[in-house]
Amino acid sequence: MSKNQTTNSATGVAIQLENRQAWLDEQYNAHMKQKKRTRNAVWCVQFAILFIATALWEIAGQLKWIDVLIFSYPSKIGGQIVKDVVSGELWPHLFMTVGEVAVGFIFGTLLGTILAVMIWWSPFLCKVLDPYMVVFNSMPKVALGPIFIVLFGAGFTAIVITTLSITVIVTTLVVYNSFNEVDSNLVKVVRSFGATRKQEFRKVILPASFPTIVSTLKVNVGMAWVGVIVGEFLVAKIGLGYLIVYGFQVFNFTLVMASLVIIAIVATGMYQLVVYVEKKLVRQS
Amino acid sequence: MNSVVEMRHVDLVYVSQREAVLALENINLSVEPGEFVSLVGPSGSGKTTLLSLIAGLISPSSGDVLVHGRKVVGPCAEVGYMLQQDYLFPWRTIFDNCVLGLELTGRLTPENIAFTQELLDGMGLEGTASFHPHQLSGGMRQRVALVRTLATNPDLLLLDEPFSALDYQTKLQLEDLVVDILQKRNKTGILVTHDLSEAIAMSDRVIVLGAKPGKIRKSFEIPQHIAKIAPFYARKEKGFNELFHEIWAELEADHEREGI
Repeated sequence: MSKNQTTNSATGVAIQLENRQAWLDEQYNAHMKQKKRTRNAVWCVQFAILFIATALWEIAGQLKWIDVLIFSYPSKIGGQIVKDVVSGELWPHLFMTVGEVAVGFIFGTLLGTILAVMIWWSPFLCKVLDPYMVVFNSMPKVALGPIFIVLFGAGFTAIVITTLSITVIVTTLVVYNSFNEVDSNLVKVVRSFGATRKQEFRKVILPASFPTIVSTLKVNVGMAWVGVIVGEFLVAKIGLGYLIVYGFQVFNFTLVMASLVIIAIVATGMYQLVVYVEKKLVRQS
Repeated sequence: MNSVVEMRHVDLVYVSQREAVLALENINLSVEPGEFVSLVGPSGSGKTTLLSLIAGLISPSSGDVLVHGRKVVGPCAEVGYMLQQDYLFPWRTIFDNCVLGLELTGRLTPENIAFTQELLDGMGLEGTASFHPHQLSGGMRQRVALVRTLATNPDLLLLDEPFSALDYQTKLQLEDLVVDILQKRNKTGILVTHDLSEAIAMSDRVIVLGAKPGKIRKSFEIPQHIAKIAPFYARKEKGFNELFHEIWAELEADHEREGI
């Protein structure tokens, strides 16, 4: 009799446990469903905004509510892009600009980081350079554009240098700052083992600030676009910045708008690529 | 005389933007092989500064610091230094953290790696080698830090309040572990602590420091029957409380003199 009872209660516990698991699963599913619903709603509204804005613009343009000469309208802009793509006229401009951005972005980050390492290495050099960096950093760098053009000629080099002038110092300051923010106790650990300054850098400072260095990539890709477009405004005979200026001069605002749309798409793509690379790099370390 | 540590007439001056301050005055101290010495005293008595001097992280303004009869010129692998917290590198695995010292001193040999693995296993950390520090509890992390310090096989261990950030239970366990390891391997230890009962329970000798400037006030020999057993049980030994009150009175006296 008593044995029978224990068996019964054991079964009871088993059923209870099963019920509880079912109940937990139910809670989980409900939560996930709610989350999915929210995500879908956000996506719908995002799409609706884009669609309505484009449609309104199109209608306003077609019905001449707005000055088409200045504002153009979506189907006209789309037609322009398709025409340029098909005729192949777009590609040299696009490649030139993307190339300039990529070079300016990569070298800006690289040079900025190297400069940060140098001033970390030599506190004396850091103190000496400090006022120069403050002044240079406070300055609107694109104002130096004409000087770069005179120095390096109207073209690729001058544009890349303009971009570098924007990215390098900021990178240096951010990365150097992150070097200094490394917990001094971590440094003390390696020092207590008799580490050299080079080991201190390689084993502690660099790995500890690696995430910061990678995150400056994201900032720099945006800055590089600013540098390149401004540079192209000033000198170029080719490039998306040039297309904008040209379109403006010949009063072809459809061309200006088309260039802007292409810039928006390509810049977003590049940014996402950097975000992806960042994720990969930070996860590895 | 073959002292592990010897300090002769050591003074240390800290220079700040506003003034130069005497942090340590006329320190004379010698620690014998296998001995465990604790330094206690109010804040500002230069306990940690004293350890940094022995570790070679800073140099004395006057006087000599000798380890194994040689003048200390900088940090070396024969002296292990353990800090208040584990300060494990979050981007390294537990094992990579442990071999940091071997890596830095260029001694990453198969024997030393095996020795490190042995130390890890011996401290109840088997199976954690490939984990990252954030996956471990505070007590486990501090044990990893201990392995990191011991991996280079130093014969002198400097312990700078290594248990202060741990909860009470973990702290008691680690005290026993450290004393056990040091005794078994016949290593010399110098511990800085705020916890007087910890100092008495772990040490052969307790040195009371005075503040402003830091100086050695008095040295207490701990009776063998308290010194030689595990700290956890030492606290229950006869004479422990009397000793506690005696040293406490000495610490209080210093406070009164300072008018605190």
